Amino acid sequence: MWLSLSYACWGISVVLALWMLYDWFKVDTSYSEDVLTSSREGELEAVSEKHRI
Amino acid sequence: MTAAVDTVGTTASGDRVSLLRVLGPAHVWALGVGIVLVGEFTGWNFSADKGGSLAALIVCWVVGLLYTSVAMIDSEVTSTVAAAGGQYAQAKHIVGPLMAFNVALFLVFAYTMLEVSDAILLGDTIVAKAGVDGLTHNSFIAATIVVLAWLNYRGVLMTLNVNFVITAIAYVSIVILFFSVSPWTQGAVLKLNELVTPGNALPYGWIGVIAAFQFGIWYYLGIEGTTQAAEEVRSPARSLPYGTMAGMITLLIAAAMTWYVCASLMPWEYLGITPYPLWDAGKLTGSPLLENLLFVATLLAALASANGCINDAARAWFSLGRDRYLPSWFSAVHPKYRTPYRSILFLLPIALAFAFIADLNQAITFSILSGVLQYTFMSINIMMFRRKWPLGSIRRGYTHPFHPLPAIVLFCLCVVTYFAIFLGFGSQLIAMVAFYFLISLWFHFYRYKFVRRGDQFSMPWPKPQGY
Repeated sequence: MWLSLSYACWGISVVLALWMLYDWFKVDTSYSEDVLTSSREGELEAVSEKHRI
Repeated sequence: MTAAVDTVGTTASGDRVSLLRVLGPAHVWALGVGIVLVGEFTGWNFSADKGGSLAALIVCWVVGLLYTSVAMIDSEVTSTVAAAGGQYAQAKHIVGPLMAFNVALFLVFAYTMLEVSDAILLGDTIVAKAGVDGLTHNSFIAATIVVLAWLNYRGVLMTLNVNFVITAIAYVSIVILFFSVSPWTQGAVLKLNELVTPGNALPYGWIGVIAAFQFGIWYYLGIEGTTQAAEEVRSPARSLPYGTMAGMITLLIAAAMTWYVCASLMPWEYLGITPYPLWDAGKLTGSPLLENLLFVATLLAALASANGCINDAARAWFSLGRDRYLPSWFSAVHPKYRTPYRSILFLLPIALAFAFIADLNQAITFSILSGVLQYTFMSINIMMFRRKWPLGSIRRGYTHPFHPLPAIVLFCLCVVTYFAIFLGFGSQLIAMVAFYFLISLWFHFYRYKFVRRGDQFSMPWPKPQGY
């Protein structure tokens, strides 16, 4: 049973790793680099919070 | 390539893709306690090898003081600097870019090495349970790291929901063990008065207590990781202090229960070398149910810790990319899952490589060293924060009491811990400091010219006092 579990772990690892690589490729070819790297630190705070004491 | 963001409705504002604000205080608790709780299942007990069972208890409380200071200081600063990267963002705004770069590397090293240690622990625990010839831990290590990376890739909400459940189960297992051994009665199951006597309580004297600090860190290592969720919690000013302080209280209780049960069941000579103190405690009760419960809980604690570490390391790496301290390629956010997917994928093979080639002790030591360097920074950081922006000058979600006492206590305990690490792993300490020195030179003389200097300071604060 343990050896079967070990083989199953290898299988799951390979499948999920391939899925992530596929999704990475799909996203990188579907969206522009400017959009993907458009996150800005503190953006929401600056918009949503009035900084008053 | 086209920007089809609007069609999938994943943007936060306009055509920008940001991390998703979906977390609450329970997720912050799950992140912090999830990362740390594995330390009760293995790690803390090596302090008994350094100084005996009583030394393990002394460092439990003294290091608890260190981490209470960490939690209080962190809660105040993070409730004000609510950005992914946690202490990195704090350092950038309060100390400066070079400190921030170093702090981010401390974070990535501490969490990646802790993730590696967790995966090795999980693999070794399964192999020990199976007792089958030819079975190695490699497949279990690979599955742990890849499955958890996949979970992190798919979204932070599910990642921390899972962490909440498995952390809670692991925690409850400690409580069940504690009450199953009749803790109010000595002699029936527990034999503390026989196992810890005046003759063997401190076998190496007080220098043993100092040496025990190195592994006493394991009771609480990683609670400061809650701050990495700052950009993904709905209300950072409320959730982060609440989740962090609740987590610290939870861990202090767990640490005390763990020491009491284990020190009452095992002699310090064995307690100090076993890799599975709680699982062994379950075995020693003679109950198969408790034995199996603690086996499963050990696995769940390792999983929860590795899961939180992937989350935190990826966010620190992502933040470095976003400020161009590293190539901005790393700052990509997945338009559907809203996670730092490239950072998660980049760190995945690094964790796998270390897990396959590194020794557990080496990985743990590198993690602890990076953690202590970070805590030293935090004690200096809070002094500068209070001096530059005194109370009343900016809004704080939480104000920690007794300043500057927690910062002074934290700094002094860090110095003691460096000495303890030097006693056991002096060459690693020197190698690590040399590494950070060299990488700082690289950042100062080469990388910093790529940074957009005005863009990196994002908090809408007034000018600091004295500037």
